[in-house]
Amino acid sequence: MNPIRTDSLQLDSNGRLKHFLTVEGLSRELLVKIMDTAESFASVTEQTVKKVPLLRGKTVVNLFFENSTRTRTTFELAAKRLSADVINLNIATSATSKGESLLDTIRNLEAMHVDMFVVRHAESGAAHFIARHVAPHISVINGGDGRHAHPTQAMLDVFTIRKAKGDFSNLKVAIVGDILHSRVARSEIHALNTLGVAEVRVIGPKTLLPAAVETLGVKTFHDLDLGLEDVDVVIMLRLQKERMSGAFIPSEHEYFACFGLTEKRLARAKPDVIVMHPGPINRGVEIDSLVADGPHSVILQQVDNGIAIRMAILSMAMRPDLETLSGDKAA
Amino acid sequence: MTERIVIRGGYLIDPSNGIEGPKDLYLAEGRVVALGTAPDGFSADRTIAAEGRIVCPSFIDLCARLREPGQEHKAAIASESEAAAASGITTLCCPPDTDPVIDTPAVVNLIREKAQQIGKLRVLPIGALTRGLEGKDLSEMSALKRAGCLALSNAHAPMANTLVLRRALEYAASHDLLVVIRPEDPWLADRGCVHEGPTATRLGLPGIPDAAETVAIAQVLALVEHTEARVHFAQLSCARAARMIARAREKGAPVTADVAAHQLHLTEMDVDGFNAMCHVRPPLRSLADRDALREALKTGVITAICSDHQPHEPDAKLDVFPSTEPGMASLEMLLPLTLRLVDENILSLNQAIALLTQGPAAVMGLRTGTLSVGSPADICIFDREHTWTIDGSTWRSSGRNTPYWGETVKGRVTCTLLDGRVVFEARPDQP
Repeated sequence: MNPIRTDSLQLDSNGRLKHFLTVEGLSRELLVKIMDTAESFASVTEQTVKKVPLLRGKTVVNLFFENSTRTRTTFELAAKRLSADVINLNIATSATSKGESLLDTIRNLEAMHVDMFVVRHAESGAAHFIARHVAPHISVINGGDGRHAHPTQAMLDVFTIRKAKGDFSNLKVAIVGDILHSRVARSEIHALNTLGVAEVRVIGPKTLLPAAVETLGVKTFHDLDLGLEDVDVVIMLRLQKERMSGAFIPSEHEYFACFGLTEKRLARAKPDVIVMHPGPINRGVEIDSLVADGPHSVILQQVDNGIAIRMAILSMAMRPDLETLSGDKAA
Repeated sequence: MTERIVIRGGYLIDPSNGIEGPKDLYLAEGRVVALGTAPDGFSADRTIAAEGRIVCPSFIDLCARLREPGQEHKAAIASESEAAAASGITTLCCPPDTDPVIDTPAVVNLIREKAQQIGKLRVLPIGALTRGLEGKDLSEMSALKRAGCLALSNAHAPMANTLVLRRALEYAASHDLLVVIRPEDPWLADRGCVHEGPTATRLGLPGIPDAAETVAIAQVLALVEHTEARVHFAQLSCARAARMIARAREKGAPVTADVAAHQLHLTEMDVDGFNAMCHVRPPLRSLADRDALREALKTGVITAICSDHQPHEPDAKLDVFPSTEPGMASLEMLLPLTLRLVDENILSLNQAIALLTQGPAAVMGLRTGTLSVGSPADICIFDREHTWTIDGSTWRSSGRNTPYWGETVKGRVTCTLLDGRVVFEARPDQP
């Protein structure tokens, strides 16, 4: 059998981005180009008139089957700064709960002449499914699907790391917490390995690490103190409240005692370590406020970088001709 | 019925009698009357030319869903009878998870009568082990047996607890009924939809560990020692399960096991790209598991290959992977996938045919699956070398949910007989 390659679904025949579904399978050159493009947009967000006309006349639909404030807002801001029209659809309270199939929902929206779907869905594979079935002129951006992927979050994270550290090749990065349920962690692992970091570590109890996690190209630690030794970047993951009821961990208290990031523990990392978190933060559960608000934290920069990265991805997927435009800008 | 038939010039393979070689086969009154030489005074009403073909007992499929009653939007006994006959299958066990479930003689009779009217397939309904498959109260096993059930099962539905399981095994043993167990611990399987392994981890799909199968088998094996029930484990999926069955059989436990044909070829890697056609239950597992299942066929630990046919309407697979319905339409893949094991030097042709005839017949205690003189003339004739494409021009099942769509396969049935009647014959221009 020939498995359907995810990269061929994401790229057009010229190897340019068509959909952005997962970081897995994309080249280092493409990831660097996304970051370079984001860099060129960073200046836009600092101007008083925060708009460029690249996507004028295009319609972006934020198709959110799962609630999210932060991701939806940054996608909306990114699209608007590119002068696109934005429609927000919160499907969690809409048609599919009345029995309409996902495919019917997509067909109906297609009929409204839209150009892009930004999809968030509670099940893994949703963005792939939609990308495989939409009309050919529509691009699909994965805004997070189940436990599978959250590629724009991963890109803004590596973008943040690049801004802080410059080069990836000597970095040791630790991802701490609930890797099992985390689409962010999976996408980050692919992005970091593609960009050639020295080492990616995952740290957590066995109940929160997926089977055969080392096959993703990571080292596994069950002890936070050992895992933080000598790292350049710490990415803390949010612990969902419902993990307590599923017998994954005994209590928030014990979780914080074992895997909570404190100043004392952070001292085991490199002196110039940066601390990241995709948000929203559970203070006192996975991270101490002193660390979250402390000098090593780049958590707010992440949010800011999220807009530029999403502008880059939106424009690259909808305007393949932009290649020259962004090149001119950089020059 | 009374037609006298000679199947001439074929290469006969009957593992149950150790027969392999060129021989003519003589049928009369719906039975096998002679092999090799015609009985005295035999004059054939009809001659079936089988030069260059394999002639063997037709196949017995231990697990195939016909979707009737209650799920006719997926398939029906008529359509699936056609598919079975064209695939050389004349005896088929259907699990009790129809709607209503097969927990009363009325449903057993309904299915059997419908199948008899169509007349292409011997359908053996498996009765429900518990009422409504709810896992709580025992079904009326004696009544089901009188209606014709040879075995009982709870299919994919879990038992409420081990006490009900124990009593179900004891009560079934009291009536000398076989119990078919699809081993899966519901707690460990949880909401999983693929094998818990590297692919599940990459795709972020909830996994089903192989321990879901082994824990369930361990429970049943312990209770088998206690109750002396006859148990058949359906659709094994992993290496550890095969090892457990091997040990139990060595110790003389009255247990048997089968495997679905696709489990002998596909692995978790085929799910890549969220291929919903490979969403099956039990899930496709690792390459090592697949190889161990193949080995278990060679060593006789697993004695039957079934199709685990689950036809679906197109919409069942048109959704995000975890929301799609598990199962493959696979009646028509049973012979080609089994023959592929011969081409890959895993099995001899004789072994392969035994796993579709003698093996499953022994599990269910049937008189078919053999060419012994006097046995029902259920015969399959196939062209070992014929290559053909799985597509709309050849497919007969209502369910087209197969990952093999568009693929070229080898080995094609040219004629199928049930009780000495031709129920399928390939057109000469068959693609």
